[in-house]
Amino acid sequence: MGAAKNMSNDTQIFADSTSDRSYKMQWWSSRVVIYVVLLLWAIICLFPIYWTITTTFKTAANVMKGNMIPWVDYDPKWLGWKSLGMSPDTIFTESTVRAEFMKRFRNSALISVSASALAVLLGSFAAYGLSRFNYRFGFMRNSDISFFFLSQLILPPVVLALPFLVLYRELALLDTHIGLILIYTLSVLPIVIWIMRDQFAGIPTELEEAAYIDGLSVWGAFVTIILPIALPGIAAAFILSLVLTWNEYFFAALLTSTYSNTLPVMVASQTGSQGISWWSMAALSFAAIMPLIFIGIFLEKFIIKGMAAGAVK
Amino acid sequence: MLGKCHLVNNMNHLYVVSDEHIPFGRKVLGRFLVWSAAVLLVCFGALQLLQVNSGLDFGFQNWRPTLYAYVLWCICLCWGQVLTYGEKGKRQLFILPAVLFVVSLTVFPLLFGLLIAFSNWNLSNPDGRQFNGLDNLRQMWQDPFYWNALWNMVLYCIAIIGEYAIAFCMALLLNSEIRARKFFRVAFLMPLMLSPVAVSWMIGKSMLEARYGPLSRLARFFGVEDPSFFSSAEVARLTIMAMDAWTYIPLMMIMILAGLQAIPKELNEAAKVDGANPWQNFWEITFPLMLPVSITAILIRIIFKLKLADIVISVTSGGPGGATDTVTSFIFREYRERSNVGYGTLLAFVYLFFIVIFMTILMKLAERWAQPKT
Repeated sequence: MGAAKNMSNDTQIFADSTSDRSYKMQWWSSRVVIYVVLLLWAIICLFPIYWTITTTFKTAANVMKGNMIPWVDYDPKWLGWKSLGMSPDTIFTESTVRAEFMKRFRNSALISVSASALAVLLGSFAAYGLSRFNYRFGFMRNSDISFFFLSQLILPPVVLALPFLVLYRELALLDTHIGLILIYTLSVLPIVIWIMRDQFAGIPTELEEAAYIDGLSVWGAFVTIILPIALPGIAAAFILSLVLTWNEYFFAALLTSTYSNTLPVMVASQTGSQGISWWSMAALSFAAIMPLIFIGIFLEKFIIKGMAAGAVK
Repeated sequence: MLGKCHLVNNMNHLYVVSDEHIPFGRKVLGRFLVWSAAVLLVCFGALQLLQVNSGLDFGFQNWRPTLYAYVLWCICLCWGQVLTYGEKGKRQLFILPAVLFVVSLTVFPLLFGLLIAFSNWNLSNPDGRQFNGLDNLRQMWQDPFYWNALWNMVLYCIAIIGEYAIAFCMALLLNSEIRARKFFRVAFLMPLMLSPVAVSWMIGKSMLEARYGPLSRLARFFGVEDPSFFSSAEVARLTIMAMDAWTYIPLMMIMILAGLQAIPKELNEAAKVDGANPWQNFWEITFPLMLPVSITAILIRIIFKLKLADIVISVTSGGPGGATDTVTSFIFREYRERSNVGYGTLLAFVYLFFIVIFMTILMKLAERWAQPKT
């Protein structure tokens, strides 16, 4: 070893040739460019969130001066959170704004969780059936039924909105949880079927064949054998539906008024009024997106899995 | 008992044969269940129609009883299938609930919508629905704002090309050998997670605020005098496009990334050995291989784009002068201002008609493009 090292030092046998060196230069410069672009885009993606968080702690003067960094160029105050009733000194006292916010939050959570659960239930049954058995309803065969489900994706919500408004009025479903749950389930069902079909197609049918021979029924095999294997796909479909339904605004704005409206409606109704202050709006927006930020950070794997499903055949 | 189906080219199907014998009584019971529930449904429906049309009072407050009868019929239908057909019925039970759900929530409202599309129906008006033939169509023909909104949709869709380019670049970068990939992935995914309404406040109302918003300050720093993002038509449209792009680029990026990861590394390495530079490598290998995925991503993006409304409603509400209107936001405003469901529904149906034609053509074209070239 030592000898070899000496030799290389003395005679430069192992020196990089000039072409290698230029390659290395190229490699380094490409690294730098890649990271600069990546960081730039990460800033573009994250800055609005940063801006919103910091704005919740600003006073009017800070907003007008355009201060950006807490503690460095302005003194953070709990102003935004106080207006929402969630700052340390107001959290234990009565607050109508907080009560209102919590009510909307519960509505949003209840509606989006139930709609996603229902969609995943119906969707995974349908996707499993379509991926395993041959159906025939009149002229409809498997591919037609699949197309029927997936074509719902193209249907813009506005087409259904006004008929639903009138129907719900007649059925006394306006401003109820169940009404929104039904329509949200409908809107995410094609996506769930899309993801789950992909998921079930990747599970070999030999598993069911073995299960049938062991005496399980069709449904028994599905529930005890296939569902546990498909769990990651189910989680992906559920979380993606959760995000979509949590954020939905159009139907919520149209079909609810006071009792069951969701968080996005509350946020949107505040943006309209002129008197509302930046810090309280920022606090409200941030509180509305906080659950999603957590989902994004901790369950990112499932969301990516869900969105990537079906992209690659 | 079991064998693989040889008729279908899709080998993933199960072909189940069972020799069960269903007793006659059970079959009859199944049929009876379905039909009796159907009779019940028709009875309720007829009674309620009678109450609405003839003034007889049966004590119905709303159409809920018919709805309950309908739900009961659906349950009986599922149950009856199992009773009548046994194993086959159990297999049908997989898709029957979803089919019933979708049919009752889309097909029925669509048919009902067709009815209201040709009527003058102001919800605040006690007279109720009045059939007015083609009046709505005529009104639509002369409504410059509707055509403007449709034209805007075309422009918004064209913006997808730019979004696609950015998404592809970011996916390529994420796919290269980098550190902290997880951080970048989460960061890049974030915009998609946030609710568009919150985003429209965070970006549209505060960051783009003309006096104090950080982006306005940035624009001023670069020498733009008096930056305002929503006062002129073109700039406002571009701003909405940018905000929507910001939200949805991650969707395309993830799909493209999944496609990139499915490309075998050997292909690019082989090209490298053959002396291809990175530029050639991309255009000759990666891009053609990514064509099917790209087309899927763009199609899905177009579908989402055609639903664009939230941001427009809450940031500009269509202004200035309808420059940023999407069809959805326009109909929403139209309904809010006049609460006339008839005209709005007609506009929505015409929009659906355009979309179906457009998407059919697009899908046919996509099918042709996605064919691997020899």
